[in-house]
Amino acid sequence: MLSIKDLRTTVGKRKVLDGLSLEVPAGEVHAIMGPNGSGKSTLAFTLAGRPGYEVTGGGVSYRGEDLLALEPEVRAQRGLFLGFQYPVEIPGVNNVYLLKAALNAARKQRGLPEVDAFEFLTLVREKMKIMQMDESFLSRGVNEGFSGGEKKRNEILQMLVLEPSLALLDETDSGLDIDALKVVANGVNTLRSSDRAIVLVTHYQRLLDYIKPDRVHVLARGKIIRSGGPELARELEARGYDWLLTDAA
Amino acid sequence: MTENAQLHDLVGRGYQHGFVTDIESESLPPGLDEDVVRAISRIKREPCFLTEWRLKALRHWLTLSEPTWAHVRFNPVDYQGISYYSAPKAKTDGPKSLDEVDPKLLETYEKLGVPLHERARLAGVAVDAVFDSVSVATTFKDRLEKAGVIFCSFSDAVQKHPGLIEQYLGSVVPHTDNYYACLNSAVFSDGSFVYIPKGVRCPMELSTYFRINAAKTGQFERTLIVADEGSHVSYLEGCTAPMRDENQLHAAVVELVAMDDAEIKYSTVQNWYPGDENGVGGIYNFVTKRGECRGRNSRISWTQVETGSAITWKYPSCVLRGENSVGEFYSVALANHCQQADTGTKMIHVGANSRSTIVSKGISAGRGQNTYRGLVKILPTAHGARNFTQCDSLLMGGRCGAHTFPYVEVKNPTATIEHEASTSRISEDQLFYCLQRGISEEDAVNMIVNGFCKSVFKELPMEFAVEAQNLLAVSLEGAVG
Repeated sequence: MLSIKDLRTTVGKRKVLDGLSLEVPAGEVHAIMGPNGSGKSTLAFTLAGRPGYEVTGGGVSYRGEDLLALEPEVRAQRGLFLGFQYPVEIPGVNNVYLLKAALNAARKQRGLPEVDAFEFLTLVREKMKIMQMDESFLSRGVNEGFSGGEKKRNEILQMLVLEPSLALLDETDSGLDIDALKVVANGVNTLRSSDRAIVLVTHYQRLLDYIKPDRVHVLARGKIIRSGGPELARELEARGYDWLLTDAA
Repeated sequence: MTENAQLHDLVGRGYQHGFVTDIESESLPPGLDEDVVRAISRIKREPCFLTEWRLKALRHWLTLSEPTWAHVRFNPVDYQGISYYSAPKAKTDGPKSLDEVDPKLLETYEKLGVPLHERARLAGVAVDAVFDSVSVATTFKDRLEKAGVIFCSFSDAVQKHPGLIEQYLGSVVPHTDNYYACLNSAVFSDGSFVYIPKGVRCPMELSTYFRINAAKTGQFERTLIVADEGSHVSYLEGCTAPMRDENQLHAAVVELVAMDDAEIKYSTVQNWYPGDENGVGGIYNFVTKRGECRGRNSRISWTQVETGSAITWKYPSCVLRGENSVGEFYSVALANHCQQADTGTKMIHVGANSRSTIVSKGISAGRGQNTYRGLVKILPTAHGARNFTQCDSLLMGGRCGAHTFPYVEVKNPTATIEHEASTSRISEDQLFYCLQRGISEEDAVNMIVNGFCKSVFKELPMEFAVEAQNLLAVSLEGAVG
């Protein structure tokens, strides 16, 4: 699904990713952990094609294609989804309107006709139930006046409607209370399937109690310095990152 | 002088053939003096009081100079170089129904998106279409007549309802008001007149499409709407003009009068030719619009979407004379390329407990300059008056400008004034968020801009709201990237 080789990214003049390599096969959930400022969000933004994140070396292949050659909106249309750490508010633009435009853009890319308004609303309502979201959400502006928890739920709702092949979730668990965390985790779990891959960027083990990862990677100083199974996350929770950083140095 | 002699000659020849005949239209030669004003008045067979009123205005105008306080820059207008009357060639005295209208004119309206037959019927809109200066078609007259509503061209009203014209003309915008209103008072050619009798709710939306067609003509429309006690009317005005290299002047006057418990809703979608990317050509839109809430509990609401014109100088205002009267102003103004917009409103509170709301959304792109200029004035008599103003600017790119000049004068201590203002850019975060959801940059910009304007668009009648959104999209093409 996703194959990253020796990826190097600078933001402004700062080198952030410095030879990062990672393989995420279809059907798997990978967790990326690491200390603050190690490049976790930069990895997510680089893959999504955010302007200002300049790739200076290496390559990324996504479903056999050169991901970095694609425009950001095309990456999204081909099934790459980024769940933002800080989803932005777009005042006056209706949630449902944005979501419908997003779904239709992806359908157009696949040669499908635009979604029927009634079917679309049925689909959104069904996914809203999973995310335990209130009906009033439908008439509100995109993230407008949402609490931190509501914004994160909205990200996962969008993901459930768009059904991406590759989901990158950037600290989706931050700022959530335990009930909201369970709802969000449940949403992510419903998307797990053999033809999809999910990459979770997180600081904490607690998300991984609810979404069981197949692999756990530690990102530090712009590269993956350790990979392992779910037990690695528990070890990190107990011991922190320092022992790894000294090892790597 | 040969020119003068020529003019005398023309005027002397009488109404029917008394003016220069172009290939397509009949016009007075360029220039402005008392003879020209008299000629216009005679061509239109106006009663004495109106001729005198025009002349009074002209004499006053000659003592005035152009205002310079607006935040706009432009080449001086040669007022003697403008032809003050231009009309499509009349076959007889003028068409009595749509069938009599020149098919070529109707075709033009089709291109403008005003298919009179269908659109009017489907949308329930009566259209008083103005081509250059003379009304060529009016629909739905019968239905309106049954309700007692008068909706006709200004010229018709002068002939058929001179009493009403004499009573109300200039009663809201006097001929001495300002340079452009004064000029309009002297030379106005046509426009619309609406009278809604006591207790009548106008059975349909009234609509006028203006169009400047002939080159080097100014357009001086005059609209007068009177809503008598307890009546209600919604009026839509759409404007557009073809591409021309030279600048054209549009100096219109709109007067609204609302008596006790009456309500007037006036919506404008203005898309005059804005000039090209380098600022060549385009309309100078110097317009005076004012409504007077003369009666208790009356309400006047202005909604405007201004996407066109090289220069916009326009302040639709309300004089809130009646007790508990309400004035509203909702505006979206776009300045792209080299456009300059200086627009806003005046809310003059005279009556006790009068209330006003101002919502202004300015969008600047390219090298556009967008200015909000507003005055909220609370007179000593306006006990308990309230105003709320919200004034937001959106900037796109680094070469445009947004300016805000809010003036507040309060002479009654019981008044409540609220003012909110913001200036923002389309953020990269918002843009990237949309891109990451698979939405193209152009669609994303349109979506964000429309979201920004939402609180104004929702005040527009449905069909106009859609048109306004499309216009914004077209006007912003290539503004980002």
